[in-house]
Amino acid sequence: MTGQPLLEADGLHKAFGPTKALDGASIAIRAGEIVAIMGPSGSGKSTLLHCLAGIVRPDSGHVRYQGAEISAMTDGERSALRRTQFGFVFQFGQLVPELTCLENIALPLRMEGVRRREAEARAAEWLDRLDLADVGRKRPGEVSGGQGQRVAVARALVTRPRAVFADEPTGALDSLNGERVMRLLTEAARETGAAVVLVTHEARVAGYSDREIVVRDGRTRDIAREMEEAL
Amino acid sequence: MSIGQTFLGLLESGPRHGYDLKKTYDDRFGHARPLHYGQVYATLSRLLKDGLVELDGVEPGEGPERKRYAVTSAGVSDVESWLASAEKPEPYLQNTLYTKVILALLTGRSAADLLDVQRAEHLRLMRELTRRKAGGDLADNLICDHALFHLDADLRWLELTAARLDDLGRQVRA
Repeated sequence: MTGQPLLEADGLHKAFGPTKALDGASIAIRAGEIVAIMGPSGSGKSTLLHCLAGIVRPDSGHVRYQGAEISAMTDGERSALRRTQFGFVFQFGQLVPELTCLENIALPLRMEGVRRREAEARAAEWLDRLDLADVGRKRPGEVSGGQGQRVAVARALVTRPRAVFADEPTGALDSLNGERVMRLLTEAARETGAAVVLVTHEARVAGYSDREIVVRDGRTRDIAREMEEAL
Repeated sequence: MSIGQTFLGLLESGPRHGYDLKKTYDDRFGHARPLHYGQVYATLSRLLKDGLVELDGVEPGEGPERKRYAVTSAGVSDVESWLASAEKPEPYLQNTLYTKVILALLTGRSAADLLDVQRAEHLRLMRELTRRKAGGDLADNLICDHALFHLDADLRWLELTAARLDDLGRQVRA
């Protein structure tokens, strides 16, 4: 790998009580790269994503964003990093039900202090981009699952983050809507230059990535790279 | 793939030359595996012999392939009954991957490594097909999806097998 990775985890260990979630996991993500983290349920893939995103602090090991140690940051610094540099898409339950879809998309900008009019104008551009022009004034409860996930994608990208973390983003969708979400998420990420860290157990979703890392029993393997190196 | 019935279906819109049929077939159904001219003319002469197509005319020109073929009413019935009949599903009970896994377990080699290598190769092809879908039309997407769902089924099987390897190894070697 050439140059400094955007995001890097090295030798991560994390236990929840007696359960080892991560047992020496390592991963490096380059700028603009789409990487799928795959593995069976309970393998530690979501914990790895949470550590990379600065949501969970590992028991030991290093997480670096552009060379800066995330685990050494204060809670406030990590929170600012998540707000300004990262975007998030989860399986469900991430939109604020009282706000309209447009307001939901504008929310990260408002939290950054952008004025309402400007924030909503920027959010509206994403509505068009993600085929959501009709749902801007609706509340999350009034839109379909696929539309809601596209609103979440728009909200994750509206701040033009350097990295988007997506944890089973199509897990609650049928094949057709899942495909649409993945296509729009990856196209938008490529256009804006955002890296995507994609946790999924679905191979068809991982098909949208540039490469995959497999997590098994809390340890990571880059099998494609091992195969290349073995040649 | 039944080339004969596909030709008959293509001829329903009007008579065509063998070359036209080949070209349309390759564009729509070939997917990087075009028909050989030998296949095209062998198929057409069989259809002709069976009365499913007839010669619509022979035009003078260079080469032998200036015959124009038309579908007969028997040919149309043949396509209809082909489309209306169910395809026999693949039995999937003979499989090289399965053989490799069992052989690895029997000979004390790492079946886990074998599964990991295969998973990486499957995913490589799935990424290629997913990229191709982005640039293709809906009909092209349809055949890519067909491939993707089958690869996905293989991958689920690989994952399940990986999760069962310890028990499987004990049973196979018992």
